[in-house]
Amino acid sequence: MRRLLRTPAGLAGTVLVTAMVVLAVAGPPIWGAEAERIDSASILQGATAAHPLGTDNLGRDILARVLVAGRLSLTLALLATLVGATAGVLLGALPSVLPRRGARLVTGSVNALVAFPGLLLAMFTAVIAGLGARGAVIGIGTAVAPGFARLTQTLAASVAGADYVSAARMLGVSRWRVMTRHVLPNIAEPLILNFTQALGGALLALAGMSFLGLGVQPPSFDWGRLLFDGFGRIYATPAVALGPAAAIALAGIGFNLLGDALAHAAARRTAPPGTDAEPGAPRPVALGEPDPDAVLEVRDLTVAFPGGVTPVRGLSLTIAPGEIVGLVGESGSGKSLTAAAIGGLVPYPGEVRAGRLRLCGADVRELPEAERRRLLGTSLAMVFQNPMAALNPALKVGGQLAEVAVVHQGASRAEAAARAVDRLDHVRVPEPATRARQHPHELSGGMRQRAVIAMGLMGAPRLIVADEPTTALDVTVQREILRLLREVTAETGAATLFISHDIAVVGELCHRVVVMYAGRVVEELPVGELASGAAHPYTRALVASLPDMETDRSLPLASIPGRQPPPAEVPDGCAFAARCELATARCAAERPPLIPYGTARRVACWEV
Amino acid sequence: MIIKNLTVRFGAFTAVDDVTLEIPDGAIVGLVGESGSGKSTLARAVSGLVPYSGAVEGVDRRGVQMVFQDPLTSLDPRMTVGASVAEGLRLPRAARQAEVERLLSLVSLPVSLAGRYSRELSGGQRQRVAIARALGARPTLLVADEITSALDVSVQGAVLNLIRALREEFGLTMLFISHNLAVVRYVSDVVAVMHRGRLVETGPAERVVAAPAHDYTRSLLEAVPRLGRGRPAPEVTS
Ligand SMILES: Nc1ncnc2c1ncn2[C@@H]1O[C@H](COP(=O)(O)OP(=O)(O)OP(=O)(O)O)[C@@H](O)[C@H]1O
Ligand code: SF4
Ligand SMILES: [Mg+2]
Repeated sequence: MRRLLRTPAGLAGTVLVTAMVVLAVAGPPIWGAEAERIDSASILQGATAAHPLGTDNLGRDILARVLVAGRLSLTLALLATLVGATAGVLLGALPSVLPRRGARLVTGSVNALVAFPGLLLAMFTAVIAGLGARGAVIGIGTAVAPGFARLTQTLAASVAGADYVSAARMLGVSRWRVMTRHVLPNIAEPLILNFTQALGGALLALAGMSFLGLGVQPPSFDWGRLLFDGFGRIYATPAVALGPAAAIALAGIGFNLLGDALAHAAARRTAPPGTDAEPGAPRPVALGEPDPDAVLEVRDLTVAFPGGVTPVRGLSLTIAPGEIVGLVGESGSGKSLTAAAIGGLVPYPGEVRAGRLRLCGADVRELPEAERRRLLGTSLAMVFQNPMAALNPALKVGGQLAEVAVVHQGASRAEAAARAVDRLDHVRVPEPATRARQHPHELSGGMRQRAVIAMGLMGAPRLIVADEPTTALDVTVQREILRLLREVTAETGAATLFISHDIAVVGELCHRVVVMYAGRVVEELPVGELASGAAHPYTRALVASLPDMETDRSLPLASIPGRQPPPAEVPDGCAFAARCELATARCAAERPPLIPYGTARRVACWEV
Repeated sequence: MIIKNLTVRFGAFTAVDDVTLEIPDGAIVGLVGESGSGKSTLARAVSGLVPYSGAVEGVDRRGVQMVFQDPLTSLDPRMTVGASVAEGLRLPRAARQAEVERLLSLVSLPVSLAGRYSRELSGGQRQRVAIARALGARPTLLVADEITSALDVSVQGAVLNLIRALREEFGLTMLFISHNLAVVRYVSDVVAVMHRGRLVETGPAERVVAAPAHDYTRSLLEAVPRLGRGRPAPEVTS
């Protein structure tokens, strides 16, 4: 609600609609008598001090009549929309409940009705249903219904494909119950939004009907009727027509703005909440001297979103040339945001803070914009889970690769194209020259991922960041991509950060493993120690819960009870304490620092 | 029960091609294969969710229940856990409550979860609710399609243990589908390997894993990533 009022359109819509509702409730009791008072002394006046909008042919004050007419106009619009929405939702829901032939008939009729001009349909029905308010309401309702029916049908069809509907069908739940229990509740929200917008439309349409003499008949009056009465005098005394016209326009605009704003607010509900950022507690850290050999050196990296959501909390990471470091952790532990922060890709309104963020010896945050972009463009290669996200579906593969060389290395078109084919060949894309002329969708998933890696190899990458590059691929293809990454790292001497939730894949590919939990590094160890030498209780539990080809089938698998705390609710002490077998009172109260443990490893745990 | 010569076509494309597979009573049959090999389509055919030719014998329609890959989308977000689990129960209102509680404890969930919504649960808990709902229909066959793929390893173990316990204690018969060979090996008595819509190999789990008969099974086995195959960092010479 607060977000609704924040946008100008939402605010205006809410104010207008509230004003209209107040008017509908309070208008008749306050101005009712005034609106009906006949004054033969002042008939057909224009705007005067006593009658700001003039008077009508019986001397009644038009301003008072406009204020009173609000109730009837809004009530009729509401009735018409209700009639239309009810009929429409029923009609739209029918195909899901009827047997196939009946369903097709209903769908066909709805499609025909949607194509029919709405106002014509309304007038046609209104004439048949009889002159007057009732006819107008039924007419407008009829015109509104097909739109609702179509919307209901489309929404219902998308929900009908959901797994929970399949599950209900398998349980033998009747079609009607599936409709009322599962489908309608899950599509209610968009239907309600549409209702608000339709209300604005109905208001205008009703005014139109009354204006044409088809709607409200005297002595009743709504805004349309008042406009009809005043229209003949518009040249002599414009105020008498402009008053009702303005009322109609304001109400129509109000409902449409509110409907739009509600729709936007609903669409945005999945985004992180928009409350103000909580200032991160600045922590003094001894950074020490930068590591001159490291390709990547990250110190105390924090990524925060408004609302106290802090998915990465003081993470430090160093990668040497030729080294493959695996970053593992369960979903939501902050792996991808760490990668995004390194590449400068954290989406708005995320905020990145770090004590140090050095790539190839320079702190990327201190470089001028142009230089920073060049450094990232030439030294950093990023590979993601979905290769389609990195490739433009509209462009040929070869052209996209060549682009990199043209933009960042100033190569000529011909050189760049030749290099693109060479790089595709290098990552073992079969028939590279042919593939270069194809579009991304013509390549298989594995081949696309190779093309993305080839794109990274167009320059001379110093750092390769691969975020779940094989998760979407089959095991056999995954294996080839892993081998390729290993070869590329060895031959270019680049540093590779390999991110995965799959500890087995990391264990197979990487030299060193960094384990993340709830935004923090909890353990860092050489890969050889992973299988049986891990020290942190979380790492140990993770390894134990992974079935492999030798797991004893007669014993139950290990698992970790509970769940990782979400990024806004990470406790002050050890984040793993609630799930840890070894936890003590100290663990809940005080966070264990990440400290060296033996040689070449670090652990954050009080109990090791 | 037995699946006989089951074929599913989508237009000219044959997703499942003449599959015959026996699922002995009280056994877990694991089905492995790569994406697009037709595993899910076979599962949906057996569950009566897609039309097929051929036969599924020894089980009637309501006797098959399916548990899906994504526990979030397989539970209605507007229904409480209790309501979801109660959905398939053919019981008078008074007896329902007790049955829901029985089913929840069967999948080791606290009864207090009945009033919560699925979004308030963890992935593993959601998947257990989906299993409880399916068990409520007292299925003769439970089809589990990639039920641990959307879960983190840390909770996968609990769900796999539950599957094994259900088989041991209640003799549940199951078709267990996964692309993860290690997972399939752990839970299944029989392993069937699917490739491009066809079954290429079927046999006792240990035998298929230890002595694969088909080349495709062999390549699948070799591709399984193994912990500790990684190596220490190369000496940096600069
Ligand atoms: N409704 C459909 N229309 C056309 N083709 C389909 C349809 N459903 C599935 N397919 C195709 O059938 C093939 C097998 O699909 P299915 O989902 O059964 O594979 P799968 O082995 O379960 O894959 P994954 O492991 O990715 O889930 C795929 O090539 C898929 O594209
Ligand atoms: S610090 Fe305590 S709670 Fe955290 S992992 Fe170590 S023993 Fe467990
Ligand atoms: Mg599948």
